[in-house]
Amino acid sequence: MNFGFTEEQQLLRAEVRKFLDENVPMTEVRRIAEGPGFDPELHRRMAELGWLGLTIPERFGGAGLGAVDQVGLLEELGRSLVPTPLLSASLFAALLEDAGSEAQQGAWLPEIAAGRRIGTLAFGDEEEWPDPRAIRTVGEPDGGGFLLTGDKEVVADATAADVFAVAFRSPGSEGAEGVSLALVPAGAAGVSVDPNEGVDLTKRSGRLRLEGVRVGEADLLGAPGAAWPTIARAFDRGAVVVTAEGVGAAEAALALTVDYARQRVQFGQPIGRFQGVKHPLAESYVDIESVKSLVYFAAWCLDHAPQEVPLAASRAKAYASEAFPRLGLDTVQLHGAIGYTWEYDAHLYLKRARWLRPAFGDAGFHSERVAALGGL
Amino acid sequence: MDFQLTPEEEAFREEVRAFLDENLPPEDQRGPEFLAEWNRKVREKRWVGFSWPAEVGGGGGSLMKQVILKEEMAKRKAPPLGTCFMGLAWVGPAIIEYGTEEQKKRFIPDILDGAYQWCTGYSEPDAGSDLAALKCRAVREGDHYVVNGQKIWTSIAMWSKWMILLVRTGTDPSDKHKGITCLLVPMDTPGITVRPIRNMSGGSMFAEVFFDNVRVPVENRLGEEGEGWRVTVSALAHERSGISEIEGLRRRLDALRELARRTVRRGRPAAEDPEVRRRIASIDTRIEAMRLNGMRFLTRQLKGEPLGSETSINKLHRAALEIEIGELALEMQGARGAVAGGAAAVDGGGWQRFSLSWPEVVIGGGTPNIQKNIIAERILGLPKDA
Repeated sequence: MNFGFTEEQQLLRAEVRKFLDENVPMTEVRRIAEGPGFDPELHRRMAELGWLGLTIPERFGGAGLGAVDQVGLLEELGRSLVPTPLLSASLFAALLEDAGSEAQQGAWLPEIAAGRRIGTLAFGDEEEWPDPRAIRTVGEPDGGGFLLTGDKEVVADATAADVFAVAFRSPGSEGAEGVSLALVPAGAAGVSVDPNEGVDLTKRSGRLRLEGVRVGEADLLGAPGAAWPTIARAFDRGAVVVTAEGVGAAEAALALTVDYARQRVQFGQPIGRFQGVKHPLAESYVDIESVKSLVYFAAWCLDHAPQEVPLAASRAKAYASEAFPRLGLDTVQLHGAIGYTWEYDAHLYLKRARWLRPAFGDAGFHSERVAALGGL
Repeated sequence: MDFQLTPEEEAFREEVRAFLDENLPPEDQRGPEFLAEWNRKVREKRWVGFSWPAEVGGGGGSLMKQVILKEEMAKRKAPPLGTCFMGLAWVGPAIIEYGTEEQKKRFIPDILDGAYQWCTGYSEPDAGSDLAALKCRAVREGDHYVVNGQKIWTSIAMWSKWMILLVRTGTDPSDKHKGITCLLVPMDTPGITVRPIRNMSGGSMFAEVFFDNVRVPVENRLGEEGEGWRVTVSALAHERSGISEIEGLRRRLDALRELARRTVRRGRPAAEDPEVRRRIASIDTRIEAMRLNGMRFLTRQLKGEPLGSETSINKLHRAALEIEIGELALEMQGARGAVAGGAAAVDGGGWQRFSLSWPEVVIGGGTPNIQKNIIAERILGLPKDA
């Protein structure tokens, strides 16, 4: 019995930490976030370090590792609030591995691993809601293929992406029936992307417009009309991945506030001596450690117990979606006025938590699934 | 990460299951004779004091096997392993670590046999969370200590034969920890008066204990004079990963779900109410977080790292859950939630009684505010309160 990380996994985490400390300090995070939102040079270096191909099979140029191996990388990226499409690219690759043909995998996975191309998921229309009802884009049959029309309003890393995994439904279909997935290159005729103005500048999204975009049979992921189970699995993986990243960000926010509470003197003593300051920080620690346990186990389920993923992922994401925004609010509030300034970093963590809250299902969605899977 | 047991551990699990198949009847068929028989059998297996060294009569079992044993017992709702609760929890470990050979011989076998109960004389009227402020005084007179003072919130004092008692022997007010000594005291010693205190559930589990010139032989001192704080802290620091507590909480959660299914709230089953569903999901999620936290703690212990303040995480979860489960149960019952007995009571008032019992867990082991101080000061490194 060992619910801990191996030496190799700890080593990988330490390497990631070292690289980020040296190359992506907060000044660099702000430069990217307040500017282009995406740094191709940083992306290339991450690919060189093997981070983009970490979970991609070796025959496609990756390292062939699992979700548990990836946890350390995700946490450290989150700790530094690195603006990167790595999560989108990784989830896109996992989707291809799950449902893509040999030809599709061969065409895209090596490109993703090498950092030359970026893929992302474009499932829901109005929001990224892990429910078939969120899929409204319609595919009109056209020869052996489809003509896609719809608006995907919040697509992660849409402006950086070279290819989208687009969910659509056959005309008149409802629920999980008639849902299909297709690969749509960013340059295809009828595709346009408008960047969204995000709350969290380190997490970019865009609106993907599809106006009669032609996809052929060879572009479909899996059989037409039968894509919902694939999509549901991708949502669950997404929930685990963003939660792991969120743990790192939450830990950094707590460390920032703890440091401040030790140094800031009021009424003749460090404010960290007051229980009104100390207790919310202790509660945050309890929440972070608990989310860690839940998300590590969910990652393990992704690798070893697929049937347990839905419940494990929902517990982790439900807890994180509730606790981390609260922690973000405390981060700002416990700093006092300095925490409200643009210059100080506290607000960056609050905004990251608000990005995390709805991503791949909010606490309401995941709690409901925990209740249902628990027999209510 | 690897949740597999070794073949030896797997075999042990099978041994425990086989024992339970053979020796544990269904709950409604467990009379007093069964209990006596059960206690004899588990003692014979050396499953009482399972992790204690074999030379004092314990099982010499590994940590992992102890977890397996407790988990299997809890799953089948087996009676506890051993009946001397505080003796097994901390008096025994303290005697094993600090006791003389004679003390070990005198007390350990009785604790394992459940010959009688021990109680714990720590808290005083002015020394609760701040235990080191205790004032109960012991003065050495020849080969005896003479004890004067008062203890309070002493659980099961009225049914105990022995007490592990903390007294002040030092006189230097600047070092309150150093002046504390630990004594082992027979409860029938002249000068001891026990007065039970009725708690808010109506029962009496704890008591006040008064000491009026109580003479305790020096040979009953545990550890050196002035070493009492260390004896206590190290005994209480026999922290457990807490995995075996999870089963009890899960059972409560199952009962809560079952209550939700059969309770009508605003015209439909409470189980269909979105708010009830979300609250139950939150309870479920935190119980699972406790289980997995416990497994991370256990992993550290198995690697030989001692557990410290991080176990406060699960104490805080448990405190919140004990209260929330009771509150939600009462709330779902509507007006009947306020009925504790009679024909209108739900489940014979069981939930009402449960919802008045949480202080035993929530306050007994250190209040949530103290647990938060522990985390903030010892883990996060924030300055101490006082």
